[in-house]
Amino acid sequence: MEYTDTELMVTAAAEQLEDDDSVLVGIGVPNLACNLAKRNHAPNLEMIYESGTIGSNPSSLPLSVGDPVLASGAVGVESMLNGFSYYLQGGRIDVGFLGGAQVDKYGNINSTVIGDYDDPAVRLPGSGGACEIASNAHRTIIISPLEQRRFPEEVDFVTSPGYLDAETDRADLGLRGGPDAVITDKAIMGFDDDGEMIVERLHPGVTEADVRAATGWEIQFADDVERTRAPTDDELRLIREELDPDGVYLD
Amino acid sequence: MALYECPLWSVLYPMSKVTTMASAISDAVNDGDSLYLAGFTHLIPFAAGHEIIRAGYSDLELVRATPDLVYDQLIAAGCVSKVTFSWAGNPGVGSLRAFRRAVEAGVPNPIETEEYTHYGMVAALHAGAANLPFMPVRTFAGSDLVDHNDAIRTVSSPYGDDEIPVVPPIEPDVAIVSAQRGDEDGNAHLWGIPGEQKEAALAADTVVCCVEELCSTETIRSDPNRTLFTADAVDHVVEVPYGAHPSYAQGYYDRDNEAYLEWEEVSKSHEDVQAWLDEWVYGVENRREYLEKLGAKRLLDLEVDSRYATAIDMGDY
Repeated sequence: MEYTDTELMVTAAAEQLEDDDSVLVGIGVPNLACNLAKRNHAPNLEMIYESGTIGSNPSSLPLSVGDPVLASGAVGVESMLNGFSYYLQGGRIDVGFLGGAQVDKYGNINSTVIGDYDDPAVRLPGSGGACEIASNAHRTIIISPLEQRRFPEEVDFVTSPGYLDAETDRADLGLRGGPDAVITDKAIMGFDDDGEMIVERLHPGVTEADVRAATGWEIQFADDVERTRAPTDDELRLIREELDPDGVYLD
Repeated sequence: MALYECPLWSVLYPMSKVTTMASAISDAVNDGDSLYLAGFTHLIPFAAGHEIIRAGYSDLELVRATPDLVYDQLIAAGCVSKVTFSWAGNPGVGSLRAFRRAVEAGVPNPIETEEYTHYGMVAALHAGAANLPFMPVRTFAGSDLVDHNDAIRTVSSPYGDDEIPVVPPIEPDVAIVSAQRGDEDGNAHLWGIPGEQKEAALAADTVVCCVEELCSTETIRSDPNRTLFTADAVDHVVEVPYGAHPSYAQGYYDRDNEAYLEWEEVSKSHEDVQAWLDEWVYGVENRREYLEKLGAKRLLDLEVDSRYATAIDMGDY
């Protein structure tokens, strides 16, 4: 079956999740990916949302991380204070999903401002819990379309720390985990020993030149770049008919 | 002095905390105050926010982890000089456009911002509620936020060599908090997402508690684990059905997502926002008129099916 870039990102992100992982889910692609993984290979995936719902099992598509469908039928609901302190800072979250307006070569993410902080060209929503997720989850998965403006060599503002730069060790700053994968609409990237982003898989039909042209620095490629697996018909049917029947996040 | 205004009388016969929204806001809020309208997507006190706009307050500092549409409306109405926050957006939709206009272009007036992360904000509220000088958090290391907020500092652990970021207490002048039900004294039951309602209420000097419905103290006492905060925290109780529309109250009504999508369009221009405020805030006397204007169909469309929790046995001791 034909599929869209977004559908490929959903299946690629779902593949990153393991059974028994506790995941701090985001809205949109991460939510679809977690629900897909739970239906297929990770039935024991525990979905936790930034609003404090624990073990959510949404019967319909949540419109935001604070949607009532995430509280109804959850195994627990915590205050923001408890969720962020006991669950995230306490080390009980295996995977966190992050996005942002800019991602740089060390996986640092900007969701605060484009331009100067005190005189911004664009004022973005800010960290919310993103800085905490980046600092405290055991690993983070970044999701973003690959475009020059979204992938500059250096972000305008570090909202959520990745590997910072080649010299800094996250652990020395008291940070747990770090970015593990970057899911884009053209390729999937990982990080090398210096914390620099490196292309590991190209999506079907995408060339190395396509990826270079869409990245704001001379991005490195792994020696053995593989092809991303295309979504199966079963996955596409599940996504379209059950997980996002109205096509809210798939257009 | 009327007898009921005499201090001794008020001690012997304390007046009910139950009052109207207009009276609660008028008593609680002054120009220049810092205000916390609490809620994480759930139970946002829109009715109170609209009353503040109607009453024409100015120079307010709005504080909240998740400023959303009602803060956008307060900013557009010119009530605000500062926003302290951690995520300013239209949840699940996009930007907060009036907030952005104020920050990016000074329209209708420039606003100062003080920015945290979610955990930074709720840790600061916790410090305020618990009378602590600061709270340590494992957040902010490696983030550029620390360069732009002097209140975020670092201390060395008195128990080792670690350096750890700390946030100061946030103690709003007024918190406006919401729950599904509460008694006349302000003991309140909340279910669903609690957000930072408790911390905001306990950190603030004056608290207005909005409830979807008043209930008996017996109801509260039947399930004390459901109690979000007790009467000692609360100064004014306002019964305001659909007081959170267009946000939601778990089990009572769903979020009116059309309103969130409409706001995305309306808020694209300052002029359209003023026209919206004229129609939906200045143009109605109170929440009841707002609901009448909204119409029965709109409210019925937000009805949810019941899914009752299983009763628990507290035991009769």
